[in-house]
Amino acid sequence: MCLGVPGKVVEVNDMTALVDFWGVRKPVMLHTVDEPVAPGDYVLVHVGFAIRRIPPEEVEETLAFYEALLRAAEEDLMAAEVQSEIRTPEESP
Amino acid sequence: SYRTVLLGHGSGGRLMHELIEKVFRPLLLPPETRVLNDAAVLNVDGLRLAFTTDAFVVDPIVFPGGDIGRLAVNGTINDLAVSGAHPLFLSAAFILEEGLPMDTLCQIVDSMRQAAAEAGVPIVTGDTKVVNRGKADKVFITTTGIGIVEYEGTLSADQARPGDLVLLNGPIAAHGITVMLAREQIEFEQPVRSDTAPLHTLVAAMLRASSRIRCMRDATRGGLASALNEIAMNSRVGIHLDEDRIPIQDEVKGACEILGLDPLHVANEGKLVAIVAREDAERVLEAMRAHPLGREAAIIGEVVEDPRHLVLLRTRIGGFRVVSMLAGEQLPRIC
Amino acid sequence: MNRLRSPKPSERLEFRDPERVQAFRRALERLCADHQEPISVMHVCGTHEQSIARFGLRSLLPPNLHVIMGPGCPVCVTDMPEVDEAVYLAEQGMIIATFGDMFRVPGTLKSLAEAKAEGADVRVIYSPWEALQIARETDREVVFFATGFETTAVATAAVILSGPPKNFSVLSAHKYIPPVMEIVAEMPQTRVQGFLAAGHAATITGWKIFERFVERHGIPVVVAGFEPLDILGALVQLVELIRRGEKRVVNAYPRCVTPEGNRNAQRLLWEVFETESGVWRGIAYVPNGNLRLRRKYAWVDARVRFEIRLSEWLRDAPPRLTQECICGNIMAGIATPYDCRLFGKECTPETPVGACMVSSEGACRIWYEYGGHITGPNM
Repeated sequence: MCLGVPGKVVEVNDMTALVDFWGVRKPVMLHTVDEPVAPGDYVLVHVGFAIRRIPPEEVEETLAFYEALLRAAEEDLMAAEVQSEIRTPEESP
Repeated sequence: SYRTVLLGHGSGGRLMHELIEKVFRPLLLPPETRVLNDAAVLNVDGLRLAFTTDAFVVDPIVFPGGDIGRLAVNGTINDLAVSGAHPLFLSAAFILEEGLPMDTLCQIVDSMRQAAAEAGVPIVTGDTKVVNRGKADKVFITTTGIGIVEYEGTLSADQARPGDLVLLNGPIAAHGITVMLAREQIEFEQPVRSDTAPLHTLVAAMLRASSRIRCMRDATRGGLASALNEIAMNSRVGIHLDEDRIPIQDEVKGACEILGLDPLHVANEGKLVAIVAREDAERVLEAMRAHPLGREAAIIGEVVEDPRHLVLLRTRIGGFRVVSMLAGEQLPRIC
Repeated sequence: MNRLRSPKPSERLEFRDPERVQAFRRALERLCADHQEPISVMHVCGTHEQSIARFGLRSLLPPNLHVIMGPGCPVCVTDMPEVDEAVYLAEQGMIIATFGDMFRVPGTLKSLAEAKAEGADVRVIYSPWEALQIARETDREVVFFATGFETTAVATAAVILSGPPKNFSVLSAHKYIPPVMEIVAEMPQTRVQGFLAAGHAATITGWKIFERFVERHGIPVVVAGFEPLDILGALVQLVELIRRGEKRVVNAYPRCVTPEGNRNAQRLLWEVFETESGVWRGIAYVPNGNLRLRRKYAWVDARVRFEIRLSEWLRDAPPRLTQECICGNIMAGIATPYDCRLFGKECTPETPVGACMVSSEGACRIWYEYGGHITGPNM
């Protein structure tokens, strides 16, 4: 219900920032952002207003978060597969 | 179903089709006309004459990469070309709003002269009317075009067969996004330009490369999605596309992301989609890539058996979704 | 597990790396494999549905995992009288600035699109800031038809606080999400075992706001982003919480959502707006579900500045088909479009009755166009 798109801040002048989205640049209003932004920062933009400064390390963290999630899911299921192997010999006719 | 004509009735999507099927076809078209292609191909003493007409009401009338004049010439040439015809002559009728600055008119007519000269297709007749201020938006241009069809195959939207491949001559959605940026008070730095171009020499090269091109469509209003849905409906087939293979400029993709638009629905003015027999597809692709307007041509999908005549897209991440015909006009979304 | 290649720079922000998507798909499949009866989870966000539809995510989900679209898009929940108010003002000769999403939503008599076709001055805008610019370039009255959830209401508040010209006013149809999750969770027939919370609304409100909800209803909540990996990652965690019977809130969108949320935005929001109870189209009465301008800002409130005589204007309105529209039950996940008498007859994408047929991501629109959820080439 809220199309939010991340972009990279190119320039900041007063309450407006020029933000780059895949090569298209657009002025974005800063009245609603949670922290001051500087060129190079990533921001989340909704209806032309920045509503979040995305700390760069958060981007890395999300990727690492997914890796951990995948590994956990993998181990979980490894464990499940091991258990099922133990069970199958008894159940086999 | 609607009491009045809506903007959406001109969008190239479903509303427009309903208007054609409910109003124009029963009243104007002879009952036996089954398929509506980009041009009518008529038999005149053994000659196959292609005959088309088009109206241009773009707002703003000047935009990066072109203007309403260049658009009118190229658009008409392309309707003839994708019907397999060698374009011969054009006409242009102008509806001018009282108060239109004379040098704006001269700029537009001069760019028509240039476009016609570059394409080698002269404008041979025309008409001019002027309406009260406010009764038209600066200038509207209506064109007609005639050409001779020499291609032995029949190019029509009902000729696609399962197994055929879908070819596209380059990156999509540039024109629609360019015009929308210029009009919607959305200030973007403008690296995006309209792709308006005459495609007749590209088409000629394609037709020489294969006698089994089933049909070609000019993917203008309603975008690639409408063109392909029309083919799927008329040929009673399904079409599977591969998103990875559909070229799109990064800036155009960025604009679509921000505005919440689907690039497959955005208008193009220099793009055609062709359905080609599988055995000839590589040869046609090579012919396209050898042409300046086909540098980034690609095989983007295939025709399949599907009783529901759906156009499906295999998305970049491996999922599947239906590509529907655009309903009304395209509007930026926030949700 | 073999090391997945790290995503290309352009994919870095996008979280759309196909390899990881397939890895998540396999993980979800195995997680749901030994779960006999179906797992139903709900999201309350049009943008979640838009991402799911656009990337074809549903075709990647295990058959027994049902992701239901709840009352989440401002188009679907903006009630009829609110659209009528906008159309009424448009017909008094005022300039109406509206988001594209609301342009074709049917009012009792007509939509803003039909009003425009009959001569009204309706402008489609992309940002509330543009509505302000329009007002600055004319001396006619400009009314911004303000729709959307708290995420969008924050931008409206910023525009109001920036000192708009006298001819600018706001017709607020903004909504507030947390109360409606309560309503849907309390609906007896709801078979929802978990919620995906909307990441961008939570960017404003913070995720702590859902803790009370989880305690009260015992349904786990995962706050999710909108890229394919965000959604699939959130679903993996939600299914795990359901399997283990854990009742808690998990924030799967840490790059945008914090426990407390965007304090600055909250200050703007609650300075200008207050919650008010009201009807959400097709759902019912949602206590504190609407956001309306505080008395202090009556000077910019279109409902105060202009007399909107709806009842008189609607006197000879045709019988309202919308009484028979069951979008509410569909949004609450307790009915499908096939249960609706109007579906595919009086109610089609070209002649939408309920807002779920108007919104390109509305449940009815998707079922009409695709005959239910198309999940793959051989479906």
